[in-house]
Amino acid sequence: MTRYIIRRLLQVIPVFLGTTLLVYYMVFALPGDPIAALFGDRQPPQSVIDALRNQYNLDQPFWVQYGLFLKNLFTFNLGVDFTQQPIAATLARIFPVTAMLAVEALIIQAVFGVLFGVFAGLRKGKLFDSTVLVASLVVIAVPTFVLGFVFQLVFGVQLGWARPTVGASANWGNLILPAVVLGLVSFAYVLRLTRTSVIENMNADYVRTATAKGLSRPRVVLAHILRNSMIPVVTYLGANLGGLMGGAIVTEGIFNVPGVGNKLYQAVQRGEGPTVVAIVSVLVLVFVVANLLVDLLYAWLDPRIRYE
Amino acid sequence: MSNTKHFVAPVEETPLLATDSLRTDQAPLSLWADAWRKLRRRPMFIISSLMILFLLFVAFFPGAFTSVDPNNNCQLSNSEAGPTAGHPFGFTLQGCDVYARVIHGTQASLSVGVLSVLCVLVIGVTLGALAGYYGGWLDAVLARLGDIFFALPLVLGALVITQLPLFRENKSVWTVVFVISMLAWPQMARITRGAVIEVRNADFVTAARSLGVSRFGALVRHVLPNALAPVIVLATLELGVFIVAEATLSFLGIGLPASVMSWGNDISAANASIRTNPSILLYPAGALSITVLSFIMLGDAVRDALDPKSRQR
Amino acid sequence: MTTATVKIEETAIQDRPILEIKDLAITFTTGAGEFKAVKNAHLSIMPGETVAIVGESGSGKSTTALAAIGLLPGNGRVTGGQILLDGEDIAHASERRMIELRGSHIGMVPQDPMSNLNPVWKIGYQVRETLKANGRPDGPDDVARVLAEAGLPDAHRRARQYPHEFSGGMRQRALIAIGLSCAPKLLIADEPTSALDVTVQRRILDHLEKMTTELGTSVLLITHDLGLAAERADKVVVMYQGNVVEAGPSLELLRNPQHPYTKRLVESAPSLASRRIQSAKEQGVEAADLLVPAAAGRARDEVLQVRNLRKVYKLRQGMGQSTDFAAVDDVSFSVKRGTTTAIVGESGSGKSTVAKMVLRLESPTEGQIIFDGVDTAGLKGKELFTFRRRVQPIFQDPYGSLDPMYNIYRTIEEPLRIHKIGDAASREKKVRELLDQVALPQGTMQRYPNELSGGQRQRVAIARALALDPEVIICDEAVSALDVLVQAQVLNLLTELQSELGLTYLFITHDLAVVRQIADHVCVMEKGKLVETGTTDDVFDAPQQDYTRALLNAIPGASLLLPPAVA
Repeated sequence: MTRYIIRRLLQVIPVFLGTTLLVYYMVFALPGDPIAALFGDRQPPQSVIDALRNQYNLDQPFWVQYGLFLKNLFTFNLGVDFTQQPIAATLARIFPVTAMLAVEALIIQAVFGVLFGVFAGLRKGKLFDSTVLVASLVVIAVPTFVLGFVFQLVFGVQLGWARPTVGASANWGNLILPAVVLGLVSFAYVLRLTRTSVIENMNADYVRTATAKGLSRPRVVLAHILRNSMIPVVTYLGANLGGLMGGAIVTEGIFNVPGVGNKLYQAVQRGEGPTVVAIVSVLVLVFVVANLLVDLLYAWLDPRIRYE
Repeated sequence: MSNTKHFVAPVEETPLLATDSLRTDQAPLSLWADAWRKLRRRPMFIISSLMILFLLFVAFFPGAFTSVDPNNNCQLSNSEAGPTAGHPFGFTLQGCDVYARVIHGTQASLSVGVLSVLCVLVIGVTLGALAGYYGGWLDAVLARLGDIFFALPLVLGALVITQLPLFRENKSVWTVVFVISMLAWPQMARITRGAVIEVRNADFVTAARSLGVSRFGALVRHVLPNALAPVIVLATLELGVFIVAEATLSFLGIGLPASVMSWGNDISAANASIRTNPSILLYPAGALSITVLSFIMLGDAVRDALDPKSRQR
Repeated sequence: MTTATVKIEETAIQDRPILEIKDLAITFTTGAGEFKAVKNAHLSIMPGETVAIVGESGSGKSTTALAAIGLLPGNGRVTGGQILLDGEDIAHASERRMIELRGSHIGMVPQDPMSNLNPVWKIGYQVRETLKANGRPDGPDDVARVLAEAGLPDAHRRARQYPHEFSGGMRQRALIAIGLSCAPKLLIADEPTSALDVTVQRRILDHLEKMTTELGTSVLLITHDLGLAAERADKVVVMYQGNVVEAGPSLELLRNPQHPYTKRLVESAPSLASRRIQSAKEQGVEAADLLVPAAAGRARDEVLQVRNLRKVYKLRQGMGQSTDFAAVDDVSFSVKRGTTTAIVGESGSGKSTVAKMVLRLESPTEGQIIFDGVDTAGLKGKELFTFRRRVQPIFQDPYGSLDPMYNIYRTIEEPLRIHKIGDAASREKKVRELLDQVALPQGTMQRYPNELSGGQRQRVAIARALALDPEVIICDEAVSALDVLVQAQVLNLLTELQSELGLTYLFITHDLAVVRQIADHVCVMEKGKLVETGTTDDVFDAPQQDYTRALLNAIPGASLLLPPAVA
């Protein structure tokens, strides 16, 4: 297990370097004055331009720039945005909000997705199964931002069950509606994946053998069908963290949640290139680390991969 | 006691059949024909294909459904007005005909979806097949490259790419297609690679090689055709996913330019009217959802038909 | 303990069968309608007795056994008859009652050791939950004891390992341990060793026999191998097309088969055959002339010579280190034109690697392969292309060796097209001829591999191999995956073709019984090395090496001394 962790850690490094390099290269090393390019038609104050030149060491050779950028990233020295606020401080303030939203969404997709998927799978072909299958397709087909508007309108404005916009008062309760919107599409995917996986495992030889040993049905389901069915689901949840981040941008925008996604959305709308790069780099780091954690969970679930 | 007796069943009860005789009572069936036969019977496939055919027709001949010019006929006096004769869905904030805009928006969504899938197929299948089949350094490089792109989620990656001056100033269907393809090909390459690896060691490939088929010839003639099922399934599903991606990017203001009629742009614009006149938002949103649903349903039906587990014997 | 189990123990009388199946019928509901898998099955097993059900795939033998432990797949159900376990009819027993009975009264040892242990749980856990579910002590020592009794050394440590750390034989021992852990009165063993090497198979069956004898457990053994059934069981029940066609004491049934199907089975059982199959033409000719090839034009030269062949693989050990592993180590043999040479060995013996190198699909690390006087290592481009024409393979897996996307016509025609032989019309004629040669109807041409049975696919593979009029055919386990009767048919076909076309066969197999039927010469391989070579008769009658003797003894049914007239 230790060797697996070490190997996996070693694999993360090139991926992180490659991804940040890609992002950084696209923004700062393509032809043209990157500072002018970052602002497009806008004319930022001279102080911001100076701060940026200083932040990104643009008078240095590319590799030195990139190295210093990485160093800054790891020391959370992320520069300032157009209003001269340090990005790192802003992130520190808004990151917990996004984390809350992501955790709620993850719980919705993981817990409810697995639960529904297991019941549908165990009752394959029955009414519950077919209903859930059709419903999940519809949910998958409605894009997150459409869902966001519809839920905002119906539950927020018309029914008044939740606040249509979250604003400054972000807490677990207020974030439920955006979290449902954020988690719903993946919930449908998790549900379908769990269902398929459960059905496949129900027919596995070792499940038959477990029954032949005299185990009760609940034990067979819990120890042999469920545990094995979780392996592909965990893989999906890990791979889908990126989708969750993309969805957070949209959801936070719609519900006016003061989180990382919203900040990114505003930065994009205002054309604040440097802020976008800084936040995306941090998110890539988060994504890579989160995937590492998922892989460890995966290794715990499936002992075979520890010994490759 | 029956225990020690030697029992023999009467022969006529179980007449002896010729060993291993060929059943010739059914028409010959290739795997594709078999899949097609299964597909044809699924209501989900029929509904989704009819819907997609209809959408394609709308995309190619919008004039057949509306004679209203969606862009140039807008009058602010009609702002957020309700449905009237000839304008069944009402008017936008700018006073444009919602129905005409929904009809004309079909083209952008479908073309981005189809073109992106084609690009992803060309890049992903080529690289994935070569990497899976030949292995070695190509495979290693591709795996790392795939990991890197994998760590850059679609929306995040698109945010960065569209910040580049080159893209910010020349937004069009093609830039959106480029952004989507660039960020989405690794998944297709991964799937192809996996499918090719599964097939490449099959005995029929070895048999072909021992017949004198060249290494590349075996890839083209035997390996790829047998690795296509998951690729086709993914491609159909991605059609829906890419249409959502385009709409999302347009919604965020980094997709199609405002001059291109698109559901994503319209939904974004309708944001302002959501409390006063939500139907302006719901019509393009509904059109988008139905389109995506059609492709997702098609993908689901195709997956069921091509699933190797369901086609054994 | 529940009252029901107490009742069973009270009423267990010695002369009542532990299991009695009467007029059993089982129906499956599939998308295509109802399918009767078992029409009329009946058998009885006395306490302590072993009864074997023999039959080909699809005969209903496994379905009958699964019904006895209440494990029919969801779409199958008992539609008639009774299953009496110690007098209690369990054909329609409640699931609760079945859970009580499973494990403690009826145990099961399944077929495939690779897929029947849950890969995510440690072996010890999988034993422990069995003990726990049946109310037995389940401490670590109890688990280790159960594993040790099944012949697993170092049981405490083994219990803490996962299935993927076990070899196939060890997994099967673990499954036997689980099946017998609660001392059931009846054990259902469904092809318990058919996925294992013969020597392992023998050891495990011996051990199983010892354990069930000690426990007094009755065994219902399911097998396709008549020899194995006769050797291990007191009684044999033959099933065919869902019916029991014959049943009786093993030796009696073997010596005096009555039903035509049983007769056919006894005739073709490879493990009972004692001599080489002869083609129709050769029958009656003296054995000494057997080696004279029918194609008289060519001299009986050594068409294939293998000299000091070695193949070394680098095994990665992580962190950039690797060790050398010699899959084939200093192997030399030669094959005379028009004869059959068998390379026999267990998994990991390197026999398939030899085949791949002879086919030039892998290159040797050292040594030479000389085909018709030319070292194949030097062949390039056009020469290699010609070589491909003259040496053709037939592979083991009839489901994997034909491209599922190609219909049979395209499959057989492909070699002709690749080598640019003839035009469309002449190719079609050739394909028709080839189908005739392998005794497939011409209507097969338009069909696809998934519509054919394993044996038919293997015939197509043979036709494809013959398309280029090769001189040497390498058969890599070509008949191992086939049912006994189909296997006999294909072997007969190969023999006929050899005498007609003067073919030379290099036959790779793990099955000595098959070697006996088809080979003139034998090379026995063990762990990459050649341990014994000689004519088939010499090796079978007077094996020189312990390993060869072990292999020969492991042939199921070898100990049954049948009069040659029967075999």
